Amino acid sequence: MSKDLLSLDIASIHEGFRKKTFSAQEVTAAYLSKMEETRELNAYVLETPEVALEAAKKTDVRLSKGEDLRDMEGVPVGVKDLFCTKGTRTTAASHILKDFVPPYESTVTQKLWNSGAIMLGKTNMDEFAMGSANLTSAFGKTLSPWQIKDDDRRFVPGGSSGGSAAAVAAQSALVATASDTGGSIRQPAAFCGLVGVKPTYGRCSRYGMVAFASSLDQAGPLARSVRDAAIMLRVTSGHDPKDATSLTHSVPDFEKEMTGSVKGLRVGIPKEYQVGGLTSETSALWEEGASWLQSAGAEIVEVSLPSTQYALPTYYILAPAEASSNLARYDGVRYGHRVDGETLDELYERTRGEGFGDEVKRRILIGTYVLSAGYYDAYYLKAQKVRRVITREFQNVFTKVDVLLSPTTPTPSFAFGEEPTDPVTMYMNDVLTVPANIAGLPALSLPAGLTEEGLPLGLQLIAPAFQENILFQTAGVMEEAAEFQKKVKAMRSSS
Amino acid sequence: MEISKKTIEKIAHLARLKINEADLEPMQERLSSILTWVEQLSEVPTDNIEPMFSVHLDHMPCRSDKVTDGGCADDVLSNAPESALEMYSVPKVVE
Repeated sequence: MSKDLLSLDIASIHEGFRKKTFSAQEVTAAYLSKMEETRELNAYVLETPEVALEAAKKTDVRLSKGEDLRDMEGVPVGVKDLFCTKGTRTTAASHILKDFVPPYESTVTQKLWNSGAIMLGKTNMDEFAMGSANLTSAFGKTLSPWQIKDDDRRFVPGGSSGGSAAAVAAQSALVATASDTGGSIRQPAAFCGLVGVKPTYGRCSRYGMVAFASSLDQAGPLARSVRDAAIMLRVTSGHDPKDATSLTHSVPDFEKEMTGSVKGLRVGIPKEYQVGGLTSETSALWEEGASWLQSAGAEIVEVSLPSTQYALPTYYILAPAEASSNLARYDGVRYGHRVDGETLDELYERTRGEGFGDEVKRRILIGTYVLSAGYYDAYYLKAQKVRRVITREFQNVFTKVDVLLSPTTPTPSFAFGEEPTDPVTMYMNDVLTVPANIAGLPALSLPAGLTEEGLPLGLQLIAPAFQENILFQTAGVMEEAAEFQKKVKAMRSSS
Repeated sequence: MEISKKTIEKIAHLARLKINEADLEPMQERLSSILTWVEQLSEVPTDNIEPMFSVHLDHMPCRSDKVTDGGCADDVLSNAPESALEMYSVPKVVE
């Protein structure tokens, strides 16, 4: 019974509540026991079973009184450990925040609790969301639940939202919150066979999210289906007076946008996304994805975004620059962790030297360098100009097509010990996801196929600003054509 | 661009970040490789292009200039390693 509960989507859970087939406490208990069973994945950095059971009890009381089901009623959620949760430790997977207990709640999580969601725990991530493989966490690496038949190797879940992705894929959370600065929702979604959505910049409030690069960061959902992602995104979206960059645009019912039809939709295939390093299986899946849409009545158009290759180096100037400024607040004075020094400067230097990991230090130094006198114009200002060039190319292309289709990542997940050691090669993981962040556009990754060995592959859709509706419309049709869950079942039953 | 050890030390000080002597060389190598790689941006013509600092600066809603929070010194200081008299305390700065 409890095993069956774990495979239900939000709508089925709600149907079960209505018919009194099971209670919220039973659903939550099933997830909590799965969380215990799968501890070897290291997906959670903090488990909060008491919080979860208490919330589930409240849901059951509501249900017994016959109150209406709220959108996320009784839905067990994993929370990426960079969303501040009042009274619950929040670390951004950094040693420097290891004792930080926020006195306030992030807007995204508050909206989830207001709509009845249940927190299972805080999930692992790359330190300060800086990484593509969940290898930089102060709590150690997270393992992907995906394995290859007759192969002992374990694979990375992707990053930075690796713990959230591993939890949802392992069914130790129904959905999870995540954040995406350069691909941190979509890349782990692709590596773990999930749906991940990075909404338009400004769609979700950033209040109470530990900041990495403020002009690029956006919160979004990781889910097992397009429909669950649509429900969760609607709940977490909307203007928040506490974040001046959250916009006042109305939030449509994304689930209703899944009309099942893409007739007449113009789908662009950006030829520059055919990057070196794209595996042949990924390339073939991309073509297959286009053919599904074509058979459903969409028009496939080859388009050009000539400056695509410059998005990644632009990102690796802008993101560290913003990070170096954001991370200045961790000074040994305000956030718990302190290493004493004779002078205040020495206290700062020692606290930060000990508190931050290598990748974070590297990015702080790069950011400080590109913002320092003599280099500001050549690096930072230049990158801001290229950012406009890239954004204009997207605007131009969206006068010709409604949505873009590409792979999410050039390759499937890689095994531990086989990851690139040189940072620039590691950064290439994000080559196809970063452009949407640079231009602030909404993008979605959906599981579209399996490699011959049996690892998931994702395809990415990118839409014009505030047109997430097109993402959900298109992804709904592709999800049906891809039959991903059916393929996974077939593969597992044959082994 | 090759970046010297001395430059690393200088920016590490600007960032108030202690880098151990043993870590300087690997850091120098990695930063140099990243900075060399980002230099490809110089290939993009950007004459007469304005820098873009954020995506929707034109739409940012204003709020009224009113105090909406405060009176919670205990909350603010709840994570301070050391505090006294409703203030953070740090090593002596002025002699």
